[in-house]
Amino acid sequence: MRYAMAVDTRKCVGCSDCVVACQTENNVPIGYCRDWVVEVMDGTYPQLEIEIRSERCNHCENAPCVRCCPTGASHFAAGGIVLVKPVECIGCGACIASCPYDARYPHPKGYVDKCTFCFHRIKNGLKPACAAVCPTKCIYFGDLDDPNSEVSAVLKMRKSKTLIPEAGTMPQLYFLI
Amino acid sequence: MTNRRDFIRISAYGAGALAMSGGFFQAVKAFSSPEKAVALSVDLTRTATYCEVCFWKCAGWVYKNEEGKIWKIVGNDEDQHCNGRFCPRGTGGIGNYYDEDRLKTPLIRVEDRGKQVFREASWDEAFNYIASRMNTIKEKYGAESIALFTHGSGSSYYTTLMKAFGSGNIAEPSYAQCRGPRDDAFLWTFGEEVYSPEITDIRDTRCLVLIGSHIGENMHNGQIQEMSDAIDKGATIITVDPRYSTAAGKSKYWLPIKPSTDIALLLSWIHELIYNEYYDIKYVEKYCLGFEKLKEHVKDYTPEWAYGITTLAPDLIRKTAREMADAAPAVIVHPGRHVTWYGDDTQRTRAIAILNALLGSWGRRGGFYRPAKATVPGYPAPEFTEPARLWGDLFPGLYGVATGVVSNALIDASIPENNPAYPVKGWIVNGTNLINSIPNQPNTLKAIQNLDLLVAIDTMPVEITGWADVVLPECTYLERYDALRASPHRKPALALRMPATEPLYNSKPGYWIARELAGKLGLDSYFPFTKQEELLDWQLKQIGSSLDEMKKTGVKTFEREADDLYFAPEENVVFPTDSGKIELYSAAFEGLGFDPLPRYVPHEEPPEGFYRLIYGRAPMHTFGRTANNPNLTDLMDENTVWINPKVAKIWGLVNDQYIWLQNQDGVISEFPIRVRITERIRWDAVYMVHGFGHAQKQMQRCYGRGASDTQLMTKVLVDPLMGGTGMRGNFVTFVIENTEKEASS
Repeated sequence: MRYAMAVDTRKCVGCSDCVVACQTENNVPIGYCRDWVVEVMDGTYPQLEIEIRSERCNHCENAPCVRCCPTGASHFAAGGIVLVKPVECIGCGACIASCPYDARYPHPKGYVDKCTFCFHRIKNGLKPACAAVCPTKCIYFGDLDDPNSEVSAVLKMRKSKTLIPEAGTMPQLYFLI
Repeated sequence: MTNRRDFIRISAYGAGALAMSGGFFQAVKAFSSPEKAVALSVDLTRTATYCEVCFWKCAGWVYKNEEGKIWKIVGNDEDQHCNGRFCPRGTGGIGNYYDEDRLKTPLIRVEDRGKQVFREASWDEAFNYIASRMNTIKEKYGAESIALFTHGSGSSYYTTLMKAFGSGNIAEPSYAQCRGPRDDAFLWTFGEEVYSPEITDIRDTRCLVLIGSHIGENMHNGQIQEMSDAIDKGATIITVDPRYSTAAGKSKYWLPIKPSTDIALLLSWIHELIYNEYYDIKYVEKYCLGFEKLKEHVKDYTPEWAYGITTLAPDLIRKTAREMADAAPAVIVHPGRHVTWYGDDTQRTRAIAILNALLGSWGRRGGFYRPAKATVPGYPAPEFTEPARLWGDLFPGLYGVATGVVSNALIDASIPENNPAYPVKGWIVNGTNLINSIPNQPNTLKAIQNLDLLVAIDTMPVEITGWADVVLPECTYLERYDALRASPHRKPALALRMPATEPLYNSKPGYWIARELAGKLGLDSYFPFTKQEELLDWQLKQIGSSLDEMKKTGVKTFEREADDLYFAPEENVVFPTDSGKIELYSAAFEGLGFDPLPRYVPHEEPPEGFYRLIYGRAPMHTFGRTANNPNLTDLMDENTVWINPKVAKIWGLVNDQYIWLQNQDGVISEFPIRVRITERIRWDAVYMVHGFGHAQKQMQRCYGRGASDTQLMTKVLVDPLMGGTGMRGNFVTFVIENTEKEASS
């Protein structure tokens, strides 16, 4: 099993619904977020192009945050999901520094927090909150080892890319272009 | 061990960590595995609601956490408005409930209007005060001298109250400040409006044309969902906008039009369709009236003619006309929603209606569908007596095309110098912040100073509540029942809103407020049920359902009576117009002294050094309703002014600098606004999101954040047809050094 997510940049309108749904679902304190929206604009008026992406932890296969964690709080869970055990986290911040995607933040309660792909939901057969709420249905989630999962299907059909592949982290957050 | 951990934490995060409250171990204990807690909560009771953050009214479920507190709101899978997916505002709607700045108890003014000195009052005292003033106004001037300005779900109760009292002066600013021109244009062309949610069949369209509509930034949930479906299916999107909007970024064609010239483009598209015979000849022959007159009218409106006006290349105009025709009838030239721009808005949206008629999209799959609506009976109550005078009698002869009550006419009638046929002396304002929703603030404030009574009913201490004599705190939509939602859609449906929790503070639901006030006025008989849930249950039982059933499902969808979502081939449709046909040429307009066919009339252009002020929406806000919402303010807490890099260079502006905006009448924005230099806006215009720059200190999160576009709209281009307040005729320049005010950073 290999969980992955694909975000369709052609459909994403950057509304930030994924952000607020994640915040309420996971009780992320106001002022912090586990996912966020990036807009990249290119060109000169009126020859313009824009790419909008909903970003979050890339749940890398070769995750530097897991490697550098001194206590083992950062770990791989089922399906390659990268999680943090709050009780084992000493809040040292090494993982924050090591992440090329800036996907982690220091929770005010003293541990490091990040996207879990809504582990508590997917265990029960639900989609992550961001994918479930997105009004444009631009977030696809599922098991890459299952050729029939929606994420496998869409990645087969469409061109995609990952962010900062040169970091060698083997990210599992794909962007359909 | 504790010390060492603390040290690591502090050294990693610097000074910020010192501000963390509580010890590390305590914190961990409080955390106690969110996965377990969340999994438990899923099984807790959920309550049905429909959203009140905007007019789309999506149905959803409110979940509470194990402490019994509101945790999250998610869409109802069975609801056609949202298909189980709320927008960011709906998801963040919990912030409306948790906002600690909410109105908490009734208030009565003790000093001059606008000084905002109030004393707390009991509900009984507040109602007595209001009833006594209402009766005095009624005796002195007549019941119709009291007007209601209203928005949202409370409207139905206060409308009943007003009608029972004897006034028909009930205005929704969503008419004359927003969608009115388009509703009238479609009514006078097709005999039918486009409704809310709009009857645009976007999910099955092959070509979607947006004229200034910024779907994706306006978060009209169903429209966004369907636009996304259309993108998946390979539909062409054509966007006409001086700004490179989010929708423009999804478009095959973006037409970066010169602002205020849309009618010229629309006329040249009509010209192209007719003179190339791209239009639906059979449809036009069968259903339309006045085609020959239209053909003659647009004879000279070639793409070359339009090029000189719109700055759009003739080739682009031709290609896009062709693209629409190729997709027809599965094409939508979108009517828009907020369309009060230049004062010729009814005529512009008429041109849009005509284009759709020529393409044969009305009543066709992928164009406009026929809506169906569920109805529930009203409980028998006494008849209302016909008011002696209506709003149309205030200024006889004005706004002959209007089919709604013009809020600005009621405001103008509150100013004695305007010589209205009768004065408006009392306002009840529910759920609409008139100071920021009506342009020309000095005019609104002048009207307020002439009133004998101003009551504001709201959940938040917005600007208008500061000017009121009595402030009544409504509870939020999460704490109340409301009338059943029965909006038209593809299938008839009902949705229930019920309280997820008891009202906070001393706030009350709208039904209770209206009923109690009715009691003080001796009008109890119009509100026969003590509790609204009893009325809902009675209504639902009349149609074979019940409140208990609705509590379980939230939404009840019915089948259509007939399979008539679209016109059948060769169907003999009788349109509800005077002629029974689609009126391309409007004899009715002609009879009222207006152009029977849309004409392009040039608008004033910005003077040297000024830029046209264009405004729009952000997906995470609904104007004042969300301005102080903690969850949504977290996503966006101020607006920025979009400036083209060429313009910024002339002025020496840099990104993130705070400047003031000054309009053509010398009005300077009360607060500074942050500069966003971007290629996404033309050089002759600037853009900002509406709904910021609040001057109300009681709203702590949004006070003074960004600038208010409304404040800069002192020039209003009133639509002579229906009274709409065109707001895009204002020009601004930049004030970099403001000696009177210090820049915040």
